[in-house]
Amino acid sequence: MRSLWKLTFTQAKLYLREPMAAFFTIIYAPMMLVLFGMIYGNDPSPLFGGLGPMDVSVPAYTALIIVTVGLISVPIATSSARESGTLRRYRATPLSPLTYLSAETFVYFAMTLLGVMLLVVVGKLAFDVRFEGNLISVLGGFSLGALSFFALGFFIAGIAPTARVAQTVGMVAAFPMMFLSGAAIPLETLPASVRDFARYIPLTHVVTLLRGVWFGDPWRQHLTEASVLAGMLLVCSMLGARTFRWE
Amino acid sequence: MEATVTVQQIHKSYGQTVAVQGVSFDVHPGEIFGMVGPNGAGKTTTIECVEGLRRPDSGHIRVLGMDPWRERRSLMARVGIQLQESGLPPRLRVGEAMDLFASFYPRTVPWKPLLEQFGLAEKRRTSFADLSGGQKQRLFIALALLNDPQVVFLDELTTGLDPQARRAMWDLVRDIARRGKTVFLTTHFMEEAERLCDRVAIMDHGRIIALDAPEALIRGMGLGKRVVFTMPNGQLAQAESLLRAFPEVEGVETAGERLIVFGRGTHFASVVVRALEQADLPFQDLRTEQPSLEDVFLTLTGRQMRE
Ligand SMILES: Nc1ncnc2c1ncn2[C@@H]1O[C@H](COP(=O)(O)OP(=O)(O)O)[C@@H](O)[C@H]1O
Ligand SMILES: [Mg+2]
Repeated sequence: MRSLWKLTFTQAKLYLREPMAAFFTIIYAPMMLVLFGMIYGNDPSPLFGGLGPMDVSVPAYTALIIVTVGLISVPIATSSARESGTLRRYRATPLSPLTYLSAETFVYFAMTLLGVMLLVVVGKLAFDVRFEGNLISVLGGFSLGALSFFALGFFIAGIAPTARVAQTVGMVAAFPMMFLSGAAIPLETLPASVRDFARYIPLTHVVTLLRGVWFGDPWRQHLTEASVLAGMLLVCSMLGARTFRWE
Repeated sequence: MEATVTVQQIHKSYGQTVAVQGVSFDVHPGEIFGMVGPNGAGKTTTIECVEGLRRPDSGHIRVLGMDPWRERRSLMARVGIQLQESGLPPRLRVGEAMDLFASFYPRTVPWKPLLEQFGLAEKRRTSFADLSGGQKQRLFIALALLNDPQVVFLDELTTGLDPQARRAMWDLVRDIARRGKTVFLTTHFMEEAERLCDRVAIMDHGRIIALDAPEALIRGMGLGKRVVFTMPNGQLAQAESLLRAFPEVEGVETAGERLIVFGRGTHFASVVVRALEQADLPFQDLRTEQPSLEDVFLTLTGRQMRE
């Protein structure tokens, strides 16, 4: 237990010392929100069922932070720790792989949550964004989305032979998803063909689920999204644990 | 007394490469045991099998009564390991590393005195990436001692260090042994093995080709001594024929103005000096050379050890 807590705390400090990771996790989404908010404002619009563009952007950008951490930070950090010999050194101690992976997951979870909290605060202060959900429900949706993408990130790190490959694979997976899932650009503003295709992108389910629970939808309206993500979490955790290598 | 480490007939291949072929040895409690040999001899493979980090294809290993592969995590709590190749997160600070690794063990010694002993007390807040090679190496040894281990494994601990840092490292290792710990180290420096180890296994092509105390290995080879000096060219031939007449002298070689006299016997060096003085031959820079482990390796393999 002591090692889990200490490792989590240390890795969190290291995460924040990495300027790029800290920027994209914590600063980037709130910054985008302010920028687009200044352009589009937050007046209710029929396009978003009476919500304003910034109201729907907050849960969408939450998904954006999730995919950034899950598919970019997790693969790079995990494979760099392997490449630098840090994991080799950990293996020469009684530290168990489960403790290591748990500590990492806690850190990514906490950092993502920190980014989301800042996003919400900025949204509230700058655009008085609406929130009509139940906090537990939103946290549940957030956790499901975040953990399933972290698991996918661990799997990418597990199969990639080097940190460079892990980075490339993560980015190639992440960028199209960001733009085609409604995370970066609302699906409502995209052509119908893209919207049809978006159903096959895992991130779309995070966006849809989060936006739903954010504005008070009951979970039974989002069973498809929830089961897709739960399935992804299960499969990717298994694959991630199986492919985990110390060196 | 029961051996701290027992290795019987281990073999290990990587695909087509045979790294270790039938290695057996024991490490006794409290000794500094060294494995020396050229790069690629199989030292790292052997020591990492003993540490439980690699699995031999066949053979039997016990460390402190445990099977290192199957009981790795319990073994890790009782041994300290410095790896030939490893690292730490670049932005992790020295003090944080000690604190973090201390949390991995059920029982540890206070780490501040350890840092002090390794000359890293002022570096507590320095990031790993900003340490020099020698400082990194000392940090890794300090990390290996955190859990007050019974056995310490050191794989190439002085590679990349300058001669002065290397000597300082030897003192640190002797200190570890003085505190009652068993040390198992590998090195490709013959001099290091000779100076530091109670017993040495010489390894070549995945096999142990000799194993004994360094002095015993050298003595056992029946290797002679050498006397080397310089002399003006005109008188070299005279000195050579003069010296060849003595029964203690086994051979003479010239190289430029330098003369190398091979021989044996306790009085060999004084015989040479006295002969030169009596013949009034002016010699300079005279030194005697004792045979070393280097010569043992040369005799056994017909090859020079290279760094
Ligand atoms: N992980 C590995 N994969 C493939 N070959 C290896 C690996 N580790 C070592 N070898 C090979 O095994 C042989 C012995 O290497 P090693 O045990 O590292 O020797 P040493 O430590 O004495 O330099 C070398 O030929 C080396 O190239
Ligand atoms: Mg080696």
